[in-house]
Amino acid sequence: MEKKRTDPMAYQPGMERITSEILDKVLKNVDNYDYLKVTSRDVKQALKKDHLSIEDYGALLSPAATPYLEEMAKKAILETRKHFGNSIGLFTPLYIANYCENNCVYCGFNCKNKIRRGKLSLAEMEEELKAIAKTGLKEILILTGESRHHSGVDYIGEGIKMATKYFSTVGIEIYPLNVDEYADLKKCGADFVSVYQETYNLGKYEQVHLSGSKRVFPYRFDAQERALMGGMRGVSFGALLGLDDFRKDAFATGLHAAFIVQKYPHAEIGFSTPRLRPFINNADNNPNDVHEQQLLQVMLAYRLLMPFAGITISTRERAGFRDHVIGMVATKISAGVRVGVGGHEEEEKGDEQFEISDPRSVSEVHQMILNRGLQPVYTDYIRV
Amino acid sequence: MTGQLVIGGHNFNSRFILGSGKFSLEIVKAVVENGGAEMVTLALRRANLGGEENILDYIPRHITLLPNTSGARTAEEAVKIARLAREIDCGNFVKVEVIRDSKYLFPDNYETIKATEILARDGFVVMPYMYPDLNVARDLVSAGAAAVMPLASPIGSNKGLCTRDFIEILVSEIAVPIIVDAGIGRPSQACEAMEMGVDAVMCNTAVATAKNIPLMARAFGQAIESGRNAYLAGLGRVLTQGEASSPLTGFLED
Ligand code: SF4
Repeated sequence: MEKKRTDPMAYQPGMERITSEILDKVLKNVDNYDYLKVTSRDVKQALKKDHLSIEDYGALLSPAATPYLEEMAKKAILETRKHFGNSIGLFTPLYIANYCENNCVYCGFNCKNKIRRGKLSLAEMEEELKAIAKTGLKEILILTGESRHHSGVDYIGEGIKMATKYFSTVGIEIYPLNVDEYADLKKCGADFVSVYQETYNLGKYEQVHLSGSKRVFPYRFDAQERALMGGMRGVSFGALLGLDDFRKDAFATGLHAAFIVQKYPHAEIGFSTPRLRPFINNADNNPNDVHEQQLLQVMLAYRLLMPFAGITISTRERAGFRDHVIGMVATKISAGVRVGVGGHEEEEKGDEQFEISDPRSVSEVHQMILNRGLQPVYTDYIRV
Repeated sequence: MTGQLVIGGHNFNSRFILGSGKFSLEIVKAVVENGGAEMVTLALRRANLGGEENILDYIPRHITLLPNTSGARTAEEAVKIARLAREIDCGNFVKVEVIRDSKYLFPDNYETIKATEILARDGFVVMPYMYPDLNVARDLVSAGAAAVMPLASPIGSNKGLCTRDFIEILVSEIAVPIIVDAGIGRPSQACEAMEMGVDAVMCNTAVATAKNIPLMARAFGQAIESGRNAYLAGLGRVLTQGEASSPLTGFLED
């Protein structure tokens, strides 16, 4: 018999509710977004603008914009150059735990998937951090599966403190927190927070987040805002492209970020553009209709909407794609990536979240950046 | 003949200040050599402290470093970054940049004044990046700024002198050097700024994104010098109608 599932709009105990109008604004705009009505004339108009309106942005994400991809790229490369010069930031993720209490049907860490679970002790974490620091990297992104029970805020805080000994920039990609918890992690030394909404379509969200705290749609949606309220300097946004209608999801992601920066002008904004990937016990998990062409369109639209935003290109994509999008649209690239728990110095303690497509080391990525006439940047931040 | 630029008691022959934020390190040297810049900014947050490659190794010795406080969102953070710069031997100059706007990167004038006051008291030669507002420029001078650096247009926009009229007011009212910073996209715009009487021009993106960087650096160096000469020579008036060479009212007898 099927279990009765909870309402994804209902908060669970302990989750802080903030007053914010952004969720409503985004969802309303997405409801009204009909990309099939966009004409090539709308696209051409949008391409002429310095500052895109919501409609212009929608036009660039529509199928009507497909023939204009090259033009979008030409414009995007200029915008990227203006704001970032020829700099490309380098970083690597470190998975410190892969326990997860959620059941997201698209992810290898989901609590129903039979994989090896693990969590680094602080001593093991230090070994990993040292090994990564040896490659020259200065920026690290600490990740966990979403389990408050196995990887509590205190544990993550200790990890962040240790990371600050070796890295000038520490970002976190963990489960959403309350404002005071973000403030605590900020004190520990984290400055940037990534939370991906995966899909902005509530119905789909409900279908793919079967249980666990992630099922609460608005709590996740407001995470960036709570992070900024807790004093974080920057926040990242992303939809998991291919999970639902990628055009609508990308549209929502851009607006989410745009409304946040309107309200918090100091916030540094980042975008990530993950596509669905196969994972252990599910080799068929695929990005459906999001081919490289569509992926690039989304990246270009983000760039033209927010010329100043950082855009990260993940190791989920193949080397050839990554090499071409840096400098044109992406400003940050990961290198030397392991998506299992540990595995840089210590033997891997837990299985991977998804399959990666670009296993190159830091020095290989560094050399590739130079070969493309760009400048690898290891640090772009000073913690004061 | 162009006269020297004096900032905080230091003399500079060149009025071209190079922003290094968007360059590959090895290019900085080439630009300095071709553009003749004697002062180069250094984003401290980019300086690879203790790492293998240090930006300081790429900047010729005769160059005055202008560490900036980019990344600072408050006066307090700017002060901390400036002090850190001094600790790692970047000298006494500091470009104060306090930005709380990630979209346009406009400077926060209020926090900038506060930081300038503290750093000037600390003995720094303070060059604040500012939104061109006369009252603010006056406050900055009272706070101890050695120069003021109004923006021409948003950083990286290459739009040129959008704030032209306001910068002209600063030129006529403010006694310390006025250095146009941010938004200059072409040598002709740099030249135009110099013709208006500003004391120096800073560029970064426009050079960094050129196809031939050394050549563009040279073009900027020349444009800045040329604009300076034009200013010193005194620009002729711009007339919309022809002017009779003898006065129209010369016939009057009493
Ligand atoms: S996506 Fe995140 S929350 Fe969902 S199963 Fe994977 S690790 Fe857990």
